[in-house]
Amino acid sequence: MYDYITRHPILEFKRGKKVKFHFEDTELEGYENQPIAAALHAAGIKVLSFSDKYNRPRGFFCAVGKCSSCLMEVNGRPNVMVCMEPLRAGMRVKRQKGRGKSR
Amino acid sequence: MTGSRYEMPDKKSEICVIGGGPAGLEAAIAAKELGAQVLIIDDNPILGGQLIKQTHKFFGSKAHYCGVRGVDIGTVLNEKAAALGVEVVNNATVVGYYDNDTLGILRDDTFSAVRAERYIFATGASENMLAFDNADLPGVYGAGAVQTMMNVYGVVPGRRALVVGSGNIGLIVPYQLLQAGVEVAAIVEIMNKVGGYYVHAAKIKRAGVPIYLKHTVTEVQGKESVEAAVISQVGDDYTCLMGTEKTIECDMILIAIGLSPLCDLLHQAGCRIDYIPELGGHVPYHDKNMRTSRSNIFVCGDLACIEEASTAMLEGRIAGARAYESLHGRKSRAAEIARQAQKELDIIRTSPFEERIVYGKKKFFPGQVPEAKS
Ligand SMILES: Cc1cc2nc3c(=O)[nH]c(=O)nc-3n(C[C@H](O)[C@H](O)[C@H](O)COP(=O)(O)OP(=O)(O)OC[C@H]3O[C@@H](n4cnc5c(N)ncnc54)[C@H](O)[C@@H]3O)c2cc1C
Repeated sequence: MYDYITRHPILEFKRGKKVKFHFEDTELEGYENQPIAAALHAAGIKVLSFSDKYNRPRGFFCAVGKCSSCLMEVNGRPNVMVCMEPLRAGMRVKRQKGRGKSR
Repeated sequence: MTGSRYEMPDKKSEICVIGGGPAGLEAAIAAKELGAQVLIIDDNPILGGQLIKQTHKFFGSKAHYCGVRGVDIGTVLNEKAAALGVEVVNNATVVGYYDNDTLGILRDDTFSAVRAERYIFATGASENMLAFDNADLPGVYGAGAVQTMMNVYGVVPGRRALVVGSGNIGLIVPYQLLQAGVEVAAIVEIMNKVGGYYVHAAKIKRAGVPIYLKHTVTEVQGKESVEAAVISQVGDDYTCLMGTEKTIECDMILIAIGLSPLCDLLHQAGCRIDYIPELGGHVPYHDKNMRTSRSNIFVCGDLACIEEASTAMLEGRIAGARAYESLHGRKSRAAEIARQAQKELDIIRTSPFEERIVYGKKKFFPGQVPEAKS
């Protein structure tokens, strides 16, 4: 159910320790220190948040921490750039609605 | 946690390089070789900038790493910088340039300040977006972004791609998608010819991927994320021709229509910014020493003009050497580094692909520019 490139003609991927984390109400697996966005996309999750005004689904765009299209709520904190933020065991990741609220 | 902690442990350095891509790394290496105290700040865990995702072999001359894969060039530069003792602060984003010539830095939720006598900005560029119906749906990605996901993290965010733009990025990334086992439906290009190098286009065509010239994407369809795209032929005035629409099934759209220099910090620093489309849009003014309108600030690489890794490295060497000289006075070794790099730059820039850049750089100095050229 997780989609990672396993065979590649040029690259070899070094991955961290396998860890569990939460996305909304489900428990998922990922690799420690990979960006949260990579873990989510490997699990087939593309919708990361909903826009402020029209509630439209949003995904990442730049994947290098520049565009703010991938802001999610992580451990209760809003506006975390998940294309850069490293995954840790037990993280609670939620789709952000609009500008997000601190909890 | 509710917010960031604010601390000002004032780090000091002679020369501070912002951005550790090929340009910033070479700038740091040159300045350090000459004997300056150098600090690099970069927002990634690993230095190398765009190079860390480039699995294809570069071409050009041996001196510019021809035949070497981008990832490996990054490794070489990292090792050089480490061996010389360049100080590196990674995972740190420079978020502001303040009145007293101090940088604000955010790292692990902690805010701190850095003060240096000279700054060399090498922040690179960000990918341009394109407007069409539903352009905001998940699945519409920057081509470089997909390349990062795929080549750095081993994750491909889709199974069938449509690529918009046929510059080198628009040609190389789909080829790498194929290598990773992902389907590429097509490449669309609004101009009447392929924008990138012929060799890259030939590889793509051999792999059976159609390149639709004089076409653009007009709409993306899908509920929660991309399920299909509508492309359309354009006329000589680049408007869509009715009745030529085609629906292409795909679950991701890769936008590869160009990059824009990341010059917001320089704006804040009060550097003169000019609009020069040939160089990528808003770019910081700089002279041939890579010095901006503010005498303590130098620039290099994609930030100074959207070009390529080899020229970014050479500009980096010039910026590093000249920043050193501006602090410590003239030194023959510094002049030699800058002269050599300039010579190599001049050779690269004789290529027809570089005509636009040469013309654009002249625009910083009105009087040198011949009138109108489209
Ligand atoms: C798909 C693709 C293929 C390419 N192929 C080739 C090729 O074959 N040959 C070639 O010569 N060139 C190629 N290039 C171009 C080349 O990669 C770039 O021109 C080059 O990387 C520019 O170097 P740079 O150091 O200026 O910027 P970058 O490599 O973009 O590095 C800038 C660094 O600064 C960091 N940064 C930015 N802002 C901040 C901030 N505020 N705080 C901290 N850090 C910051 C960035 O995260 C990054 O690490 C290619 C590019 C792409 C995308």
